[in-house]
Amino acid sequence: MSYANLYEPPGPRGVARNRVLTAFVALALLAVGYFVYTRFDAKDQWTAEKWTPLLRGDVWLTFILPGLAGTLAAAVAGVVLAALFGIVFATARLSDHAWIRVPAATVVEFFRSVPLLLLIFFAFFGSFVLIGVNVSAFAAVVFGLTLYNGSVIAEIIRAGVLSLPKGQREAAYAVGMRKGQAMRLVLLPQGVKAMLPALVSQFVVLLKDSALGFIVGYDELVDRGLNGIAANFSNVIPAAVLIAGVFIVINMALDRLAHRLGAASSGAA
Amino acid sequence: MFGRSLYAAFAVLAVTAAATGCGGGSDAGASLVDKAKNDKKLVIGVKADQPGLGLRTPDGAFAGFDIEVAKYVAKQLGVEANAITFKETVSANREAFIEQGQVDMVVATYSITDARKEKVSFAGPYFVAGQDLLVRADESGLTGPEALDGKKLCSVAGSTPAQKVKSEYSKEVQLQEERTYSACVDRVLGGQLDAITTDNVILAGYAAQHGGKLKVVGKPFSTEKYGIGLKKDDTTGRKAVNDALEKMFADGSWTQALQASVGASGFALPQAPQLERY
Amino acid sequence: MEALLTEGGTILAAFWMTVRLTAVSALGSLVLGTLLTAMRVAPLASLRATATAYVTVARNTPLTLVLLFTGLGIGANLGLELSDDIATNNFWLAVIGLTAYTSAFVCEALRSGLNTVPVGQAEAARSLGLGFVKTLALITLPQAFRAVVAPLGSLLIALTKNTTIALVVGVAEASVRMREMIETYGDQVIEIFLGFAAGFVLLCLPMGLLFGWLSKRMAVAR
Repeated sequence: MSYANLYEPPGPRGVARNRVLTAFVALALLAVGYFVYTRFDAKDQWTAEKWTPLLRGDVWLTFILPGLAGTLAAAVAGVVLAALFGIVFATARLSDHAWIRVPAATVVEFFRSVPLLLLIFFAFFGSFVLIGVNVSAFAAVVFGLTLYNGSVIAEIIRAGVLSLPKGQREAAYAVGMRKGQAMRLVLLPQGVKAMLPALVSQFVVLLKDSALGFIVGYDELVDRGLNGIAANFSNVIPAAVLIAGVFIVINMALDRLAHRLGAASSGAA
Repeated sequence: MFGRSLYAAFAVLAVTAAATGCGGGSDAGASLVDKAKNDKKLVIGVKADQPGLGLRTPDGAFAGFDIEVAKYVAKQLGVEANAITFKETVSANREAFIEQGQVDMVVATYSITDARKEKVSFAGPYFVAGQDLLVRADESGLTGPEALDGKKLCSVAGSTPAQKVKSEYSKEVQLQEERTYSACVDRVLGGQLDAITTDNVILAGYAAQHGGKLKVVGKPFSTEKYGIGLKKDDTTGRKAVNDALEKMFADGSWTQALQASVGASGFALPQAPQLERY
Repeated sequence: MEALLTEGGTILAAFWMTVRLTAVSALGSLVLGTLLTAMRVAPLASLRATATAYVTVARNTPLTLVLLFTGLGIGANLGLELSDDIATNNFWLAVIGLTAYTSAFVCEALRSGLNTVPVGQAEAARSLGLGFVKTLALITLPQAFRAVVAPLGSLLIALTKNTTIALVVGVAEASVRMREMIETYGDQVIEIFLGFAAGFVLLCLPMGLLFGWLSKRMAVAR
């Protein structure tokens, strides 16, 4: 917390002034809250029949939990495949051979620039023309998540490997390792470890991005949960609040994991 | 070691991808009739988010007019209601689901068109819908698609009906595209938008759900024939489903199902349609 | 190819919308993000708590839902009418949503930028008699900005790509057009995809290069 020194510890007058300001902030927040409350109230958004369904067990069993399962399935598949994609392309981009390096760089830069939504559309609607089969919504979502996040992960891993002292590589060669062995056994493991917090942050992004699956009707939290609940009880906003809450809880847990991993790996180094 | 496990992981993934990719459609070519007779169970594609037609309810079951039609037809084919697996289909994947054998038939507000007949075959129609408008119950000025100039009209992203209103009836209408009809309904009830357009029976489902707050204008300006989608070459299946529908029209179950599903909307229930056997 | 050529005008209009959404939201996110950063390091615990809560919620909610809240929550239920014209209204709702989301990330980046500024800088400022606002505005934030040029560049690129999700509030930008075109010209899916993808590459690659160059030029020598 190095920025705590941006101001002097307040004296008696400062403390008094801070109290007044705090009251002011609280009032402002209350005013905003009251404004939202009354406006929503005027549109009947607070009525019990819009909110109580969210507490029902059958609503969770039919809509939210299957939706969550869909979200997590896509996210896990996406994480695994994106990690593989990332490792392969990071290695390729670090190759000494231009004929490997340049195509790999092109692929990575391309998929880093194309919006995920476009990739998912393309996979879902284009698969028939491309490979003669209509792929499932799940496959389309995972395809998009893999390429999009995989290219970002490739760059993170490459940065991790490049950040290693060059003595690591030299030492590996000195004990007789070949280039591939040095990469696999010495450089990649350390590069990945150095970048663990950044990798976990990217996985949070991936999990949130899986919500885009609704666009092709994939059974995830937004499609199955939000739309399913709203179709029954016509409570789009309450359902969206609940679904957002579920995402926030999961992502905060992942964030905490990232911090712990970061602390662990920097402690060990 | 790191590298070898990597290759192994790749191999496993490739194999599973291939296996899942080629799943389904194991008994391609068999008629719906045989499948129903031998297995005593069916997989039927339906909509899951349309109140009154095909809606997944909190108990995990499906309810609505399409569901009742599907159950009746299945029963005529010798499959009890509890042996039916309902599978959610969205507009974009209905043909694919039938072609790949992921479902045995589709009953999902599925309009019969020549383009679709190239890929699948249709029994029915079991309902003739028409594009219409849904407005607030106290709205009196909006009497049809030509009265929409200067008004705000909602439709669902990627659907053509709203464009049709703009190009053929009211040039000055403002179009809002929403993700779902539920969102459209929210905005019309909130007074921000004036009307929603799609097939009248779908609109009636929402009107019924919001007892008394919304009404269907009741001046349809197109004709949509809902059919039951089957595999393209399954003529036996098509004939059997048509026979079942004929029976449903005749014994009063059809009217009863329609009344139970969307009757509460005040929507004038039509007569059963004429089957188009081919 | 014909599809891309015949619809050229529509595609350009769609990308122009993407550019406008990006530019306005980027400006908004920079302002709001800076404000949030100031709040998070402010002497007032209530301001810090407010900003922290805001950033946590905005960062961890999928953008789809953020835009849904701006469209339905702010638009339909708070009754905020930014324009009588639906298209203009949707544009500004999308800008609000994208800004609300991106500013949380800008705040995170700036905060880590503040961490790179040596303690002595703020201490020297205070010893000269500068208060919190002046220390932050004149001494530490400018240096923090220079340290996070590259991350801000990545955020701008992410924002450009995220504008495609504005279809949730009904803004006709590139992804909406691409989907429509795929449905109309089903046989030219690959060309259509490559065309739209090329558009985004053309937008994003120069940004990446520019910010890479800027970050080297503006880096604070220590």
